[in-house]
Amino acid sequence: MTDPETQNAAAVADDVRPGYPGARAADRRRSVDSFGIEIAVYEWGDPDAPVLMLAHGGFDFARTYDVFAPMLADGGWRVVAWDQRGHGDSEHAALYSWDSDGRDALAVLDSTIAAPVVAVGHSKGASVMMDLVHGLPERFSRFVNIDGMPSSRPQPDVSDHERTRMAAQSTAAWLDHRRALASKTRRPGSFDDLAKRRGRMNPRLSIEWLRYLVSVGARHDPDGWRWKLDPSMRFGGFGPWRPEWSLRRMPEFPRPMLALLGQIPEEMGSALQPDAVRPLLPPGAQLEAFADTGHFIHIEKPREVADLVLRFLK
Amino acid sequence: MSAAAFETLIHGKVRLALHPLQDRPGPRLLLLHGLGECSPGQLPDHVTEWPGSVFALDFTGHGASTVPRGGGYTAEQLMGDADAALEKTGPATLLGRGFGGYVAAMLAGARADQVRGALICDGPGLAGGGSAPGKLTGPVVVSPSVGPVPDPFALAELSRDLRPPDYALTFATQALAGSELPEPIAVCATERPEWLTALLGSRAASASSVPDALRRYSNWLQ
Repeated sequence: MTDPETQNAAAVADDVRPGYPGARAADRRRSVDSFGIEIAVYEWGDPDAPVLMLAHGGFDFARTYDVFAPMLADGGWRVVAWDQRGHGDSEHAALYSWDSDGRDALAVLDSTIAAPVVAVGHSKGASVMMDLVHGLPERFSRFVNIDGMPSSRPQPDVSDHERTRMAAQSTAAWLDHRRALASKTRRPGSFDDLAKRRGRMNPRLSIEWLRYLVSVGARHDPDGWRWKLDPSMRFGGFGPWRPEWSLRRMPEFPRPMLALLGQIPEEMGSALQPDAVRPLLPPGAQLEAFADTGHFIHIEKPREVADLVLRFLK
Repeated sequence: MSAAAFETLIHGKVRLALHPLQDRPGPRLLLLHGLGECSPGQLPDHVTEWPGSVFALDFTGHGASTVPRGGGYTAEQLMGDADAALEKTGPATLLGRGFGGYVAAMLAGARADQVRGALICDGPGLAGGGSAPGKLTGPVVVSPSVGPVPDPFALAELSRDLRPPDYALTFATQALAGSELPEPIAVCATERPEWLTALLGSRAASASSVPDALRRYSNWLQ
């Protein structure tokens, strides 16, 4: 595995390397072998401080926390984040699943400390960590969910016949994608192309932040810049999981929880309303909604979110 | 035919072994093995009457196919294995044992225009992990296997793969809507997990013996 600092130092010329206010690379970098898959791990803060595990969302990577993680570290925590398999500088795997993401997270935790830790996750990373806390509560002390609460999305209001047709098209498209995997690479582009593409998914994030993300999350190939994300991954997909299963388990969540909701809908976030979430929360859980914020609450409002988290952990 | 004589298919980062068991002009039959099994080394007795070519696929982590590192198995990804085989063989009837039967049922819906009937037979992995989760116990962690195949992650993860009846029914509905066959799924298994019972409640499937279903599909195709 190439060290990302070395890789990016070679890839990003000094005259285009963008800075971003408050962004700080990890203080330490290591890798963990998760049953043969090499996972890139990043740490901020005093190595003897209490541990806070920080899980990124789907299609993201650990260094999207380069502003948020240092704030938590400066608040007295040893912050441990990792690139999920197929993301960032972690190894691209042959297979991806919810179970394997949880297992990789556990491998990182096992490599860090045996004592209970705080878990913080964003989006899909929050959902994976929720399952882990449910399954192994003795390994965790508290949990923060950043816009990753389960929800039951309404079905589109279409006829059964139309719904069958749409599902069939979606499944066939997924299989077509699988058939073409062997030759797939991520589309190359200029440095700014990648920032703009990412901006279409994250329309509320500043171009300065998006350019910073390219500098730490993409690589420079001879034909252009590419995100490091495994090209086998794609949005959408299908599977047997039912949101109501996650909702049903919520009231028995075994650890104190802080849940944060972004209130502006985006492609990657559904803007869950507090009134829809509150009845499902476990006793004593704290819920905070950010009225003028999208799915990436910790990037839009890093200081406010960090302060909320640090107060919750006191 | 020797079990070693197989074609290699590429599915993402996995190399799949597709075993040609019988080479004849006519309709094609693709065998999908059960969980933890592998393709038969020779033509099984119950398909000797099949009038066309017969192939057998080793799923990821089984038989002569790649054993990937670090697990991550889902039934959907292994449906992609079967779809890679279907791309190679062309339109075919699917005969699946256990887990392979579940995959056959899914692919009958997902590739309704290319699957010429799916037989679901008894075998390992038919029920999966049931219709809904119980109290979850954390992620699967397995000990290193004493042998290379079957992959212990495949056994552990696919044996708790959830199969809600309404999810399975989605594929049956797609099969009925997209197949030229009036009844594209034949349930030959005596074990009846909830998902399979649900299929039998749809117009896409009916109970049948293996010989009857093979005869029905091959006659319809010729």
